[in-house]
Amino acid sequence: MKSRNLIIGGALSALFIAAALISFAWTPFDVTQMNIPAKLQTPNSTHWLGTDHFGRDIFSMIMVGARTSIAVALVAVGIGMGVGVPLGLAAAERQGSLLDEVIMRGNDLVFAFPSLVIAILITAVFGPGAVNAIIAIGIFNIPVFARLTRGAALPLWQREFIMAARVAGKGASRISLEHILPNVTNLLIVQGTIQFSLGILAEAGLSYVGLGAQPPLPSWGRMLADAQTMVSFAPHLALIPGGAIILTVLGLNLMGDGLRDLLDPRIRVERT
Amino acid sequence: MLRYSLKRLLSLVISLIIASLVIFLVIEVAPGDPASFMLGINAQEDTLNALREELGLNQSKLERYLSWTSNMLQGDFGTSYTYRTPVAQMVADRLWVSLPLALYALALSTIIAFPAGIYAASRRGAPGDVAVMGATQLGVATPNFWFAMMLVLVFAINLRWFSAGGFPGWDEGLFAGLKALTLPAIALALPQAAILARVMRSSLLDILNEDFIRTARAKGLSRRQALWRHALRNALIPVLTIIGLQFSFLLAGSIIIEQVFYLPGLGRLVFQSISQRDLIVVESVVMLLIFAVIMVNFIVDLAYTFVDPRLRSRT
Repeated sequence: MKSRNLIIGGALSALFIAAALISFAWTPFDVTQMNIPAKLQTPNSTHWLGTDHFGRDIFSMIMVGARTSIAVALVAVGIGMGVGVPLGLAAAERQGSLLDEVIMRGNDLVFAFPSLVIAILITAVFGPGAVNAIIAIGIFNIPVFARLTRGAALPLWQREFIMAARVAGKGASRISLEHILPNVTNLLIVQGTIQFSLGILAEAGLSYVGLGAQPPLPSWGRMLADAQTMVSFAPHLALIPGGAIILTVLGLNLMGDGLRDLLDPRIRVERT
Repeated sequence: MLRYSLKRLLSLVISLIIASLVIFLVIEVAPGDPASFMLGINAQEDTLNALREELGLNQSKLERYLSWTSNMLQGDFGTSYTYRTPVAQMVADRLWVSLPLALYALALSTIIAFPAGIYAASRRGAPGDVAVMGATQLGVATPNFWFAMMLVLVFAINLRWFSAGGFPGWDEGLFAGLKALTLPAIALALPQAAILARVMRSSLLDILNEDFIRTARAKGLSRRQALWRHALRNALIPVLTIIGLQFSFLLAGSIIIEQVFYLPGLGRLVFQSISQRDLIVVESVVMLLIFAVIMVNFIVDLAYTFVDPRLRSRT
């Protein structure tokens, strides 16, 4: 059951990541190429997933859209990890200090804000676009990783191997980097997958309201926005991008669950 | 208890001050001059200056921040650059759609999640549990605006049970209003219900492993009786946190859902204001939403101390 989650989730995620990567080199049709005579076709042998109202190939758009979604979510997770993990490590290093207090209260504050509202504010002020969407989603990943890292690092600081490293004359920052970080990596990977899936949902939401990736770059969220007025006579326009989002997020969530079962020693002990 | 409440109150005030500062600064760096926007590109410089003076745009940033916050505290959110009407009035009109929608969705999410979570926990590992957990995985992965479109397709376009969008207003009667909000509320509630059901299940399962449940079972209570009489109440604490957090998701989520259903709520107001660069409206609505979320979190924190006696004695 446990490894089944990992296998199904991994396969689904790999499928969409592969589609995104292949789209750099090849797509069945040019996604910017309009072909009005072939508009609104349902799936057929030429257009595997049909065409949209401009006659563009939906399969190709899903492939390129996967690239947009994955890139935005991945960089947003990168921002969260890149800033959040060092902050969490620093807070754990100096537990109870002013620095720790400032970092953790700052995190609480970001946590208290409805992320979508702030994302909308940022994109409203700085203009819609994939980069601003990345920043907006990334900011809210920071406290998640900072809290997780601090929480996991604190008990490690009491362990004997850390004492040994201290006795050997290593400084706190070096211990954090060389001994604490490798021991929290598993947790970070699991959380990373979850944040990645949330990032895909957030990107789709922002693109749907026109604040994410801009035309002519296809994105799943905007494909859904375009489909909205045509859903009664061409439901495939909404079903296909929606299905792509659900399968990707489901795949990442299942993979996160599977990885947690595999990597979290507490769950491993419970199972054995 | 009093010390704890005061500490939380202080943290609430600090959060609100920082939130207002962040929003003010973000809006400050926004490109464009509201006066030129309101009067158009052909406006004379002296007319522009007069309007800037009227709007207080010539004051220093600090003065503007202080006047914005103090006016807000008195219920004055400024005047919309586009409509030239008080923002407070615009917000109040739309709140009558957004707030009932969020509350309706919260009620639906709780009504769906509680039985689902309890059912799954009481049949751990059985097919019923696997089915509920599978459904919640799907619910968590589904974007609510896509689900909303599917609801429109099935229940509005095909079955014609509901209208595809719009809001008749509460003047048309409670039933008409609630009917118009039903599909949006279901769309908003589904992903939240999935999360809540998972939390309910795992919280109940944790409690069912506690010693006092074993004691209750040893006294002769069946598993179901122990669950209903002892476990459920104790399992509610983490569930309460999530319900509090969900309110913020529902308020924020309603911004997008209102777009799908063309509901005249705060969400549509924000997007209209964004497209018209009416940043004073954006600023006020965002501040109001954050205020609501921070207040709800504060109330949930205080509610804890009532639900959990251990917290009362600790504080």
